[in-house]
Amino acid sequence: MDLSIFGYQFMQHAILATFLGGIACAVIGVFVILLHMPFIGVAMSHAAFAGALCGLWLGFSPVLGAFIFSLVTAAVIGPLADRGQLSPDTSLGVIFSLMLGIAFLIIGIMPSTRSEALGLLWGSVLTVTNIDLLLLGVVTLAVAGLVGVFYKEIQATVFNRQIALAVGLPATVILYGILFMTGATVTVSLNSIGGLLIFSLILNPAAAAYQLTYNMKKMFLLAALFGVAAGWAGLLLSYLFNLPSGATIVITSSLIFMVCAVFSPKRRAKKMPGKLTEAG
Amino acid sequence: MPEAVIHLENAVVAYREGMALHHVSLQVNRGEFVGIIGPNGAGKTTLLTVINGLGKLQSGLVSVNGVNVSRQNHHELRKKVGYVAQIERIDPRMPMSVRDVAMIGRYGVLGLFHAPHKADWQIVDEALEMVNMSHLAKRPIGHLSGGEQQRVAIARCLAQQPEILLLDEPTASLDWKAQTDILELVRHIHEQRGLTTLFVTHDLDALPHTCDRVVLMKNGEITGDGAPDKLITTVNLSRLYDLPAAQVEERRPHIHGQGK
Repeated sequence: MDLSIFGYQFMQHAILATFLGGIACAVIGVFVILLHMPFIGVAMSHAAFAGALCGLWLGFSPVLGAFIFSLVTAAVIGPLADRGQLSPDTSLGVIFSLMLGIAFLIIGIMPSTRSEALGLLWGSVLTVTNIDLLLLGVVTLAVAGLVGVFYKEIQATVFNRQIALAVGLPATVILYGILFMTGATVTVSLNSIGGLLIFSLILNPAAAAYQLTYNMKKMFLLAALFGVAAGWAGLLLSYLFNLPSGATIVITSSLIFMVCAVFSPKRRAKKMPGKLTEAG
Repeated sequence: MPEAVIHLENAVVAYREGMALHHVSLQVNRGEFVGIIGPNGAGKTTLLTVINGLGKLQSGLVSVNGVNVSRQNHHELRKKVGYVAQIERIDPRMPMSVRDVAMIGRYGVLGLFHAPHKADWQIVDEALEMVNMSHLAKRPIGHLSGGEQQRVAIARCLAQQPEILLLDEPTASLDWKAQTDILELVRHIHEQRGLTTLFVTHDLDALPHTCDRVVLMKNGEITGDGAPDKLITTVNLSRLYDLPAAQVEERRPHIHGQGK
C-alpha cells in the first residue's frame, strides 16, 4: 500500500482538519443528544450553508455569512427551546426547511458559477486552507476549553434545565452558550465537511458514544475519539478506493454508530431489566 | 416572636392563559411545615416558583429571609432553597449516576470555576444515606423507579444544605407505599435539619399528620389558612373543589363529622 500521499501538505491539512472538526462536532453532538434536540444540528448546519451562500451571492466572506446566519438561528432556537412553547422538533423542522429554501433560492438566482455553492454543500476536506485550519483550531480549542471549565454547569443544564436553575445555576446562559458553540462549530466546519454532511459528524459519533457509557465525561471523550476515528478512517478509505472523502467520512461515522448500537451494553440492560448496571 | 422566612405581599403573576396568582399575601415562619392544597390550576406551583425566583412577578413583593427576590439576587437566593418538582421521566440512557445527580445540588453553592471537592462528595454521600439511596449511588439515574428518583431529588436538595424546602407534588404518580415513605422522609428531614417546608399535595389524607398548617388555594387566591384539622372539613373541601357537600362526604367518609 503506497501511503506516500500522506506526506503531501494537502493531506496533512486534511488530517488536521478532520482531527479538529471531529472533536468539535462530536462535543456539540453530545449536547444535542442529551438535550434531546438532534434537529439543532440540522437546522444550524443548513442555516450556515444558507448564510455562506448569501455571502457568496452578495460578495462578502462566506464564513461571515455562515456565522451570522448561525447566530440568528441560535437566537431563534434559544427562546423556543427555553420556553418549550412548540415541540422543539416542529420549530427546528420549520427553521431547517426555511434555511434550505433560502439556500436553494440563492443558488437559483446567483449569477456566478454554482460549483462554489455546491462545494459548500458537500465540502472538500482536501482543499482546506490555512485560514480554515486556523479558524477550526480556534473554535475547537474554545469548545473543548469551555466544556472543561463549565463542565458541571453544562452537565446540570443538559440533565434538566429547571433543576439547574433551581439550584442557582445560570442555565439559560449555558443553553445559549451551547447554541452559540454549535453555530461557531458548524460555521468553521462548512468548508471542509460541507453543509449537508456536517450533521452526521455531529450526530453519529456522539450517538455511538451514547450507546456505550453511563458516564457523561466518558461520553464526551468517546464521542471525540469516534469523531476523529471516523475522519481519519474515512480519509484513508477514500484514498485507497478513490472515493469522495466527505461522503466516505460520513458513512464511516454511521458504521461506527451501527457497530456501537449493536454491541451496546444499554441494549442488553434493557433486555435484562433485573440485571444491576453501574454507571461508569 | 416567630421569625418570617417567606413573605409574599400582594403577589401577582399572569401567564398568557390568565392570572395565576391574584394579589396573594402569605407569611411563613421559620420551622413551619405548610401544606398547600387546591384544584389543578389554582396557582400552587406558581406560588412555589415565585419563592425561588423561577416565576416572575407582575407586581407585589416576595422576600426570603428578609431579602426581596429580584432578578439581581435570585441565583444567590435559590442556593438556600431546595426545590423538588413533580416526577419527570428521565431518559433511561442518561449518562449520569445517582451520585452525579445528587451532586447537582452542590453546584450552585460551589459557584462557577469551582469543581466539587472531597468534602462535597461526602455531603452528597450523607444526603444519599439519609434518603436510603446509598446502595444505588452508582446506578444510572434513568434505571431507578419513580419513587427512587424522588428520593434522589430530595437528596439533591439536602446536598444543597438549604434553609427552605419547596416540594411540588413530590408523591404524585407514586404508589401508596412510596407516597407514604416519601412523606415520612420529608417530615423527618424537615425536623432533623430544622427546615422551613412548603409542600404542594393532592394527598388530603396525609396532611393532618404531616403538616402544621394548611393553605387552601383556588383560582390564584388563598381561600383558607390554618391548622389542618380545622381547615380540612366537608364545607371547605366542597367550596375548594366545587363539589356538593354530600359528594365530599361520600368520597371522604372518614372526615364525616369532623368539624363540619
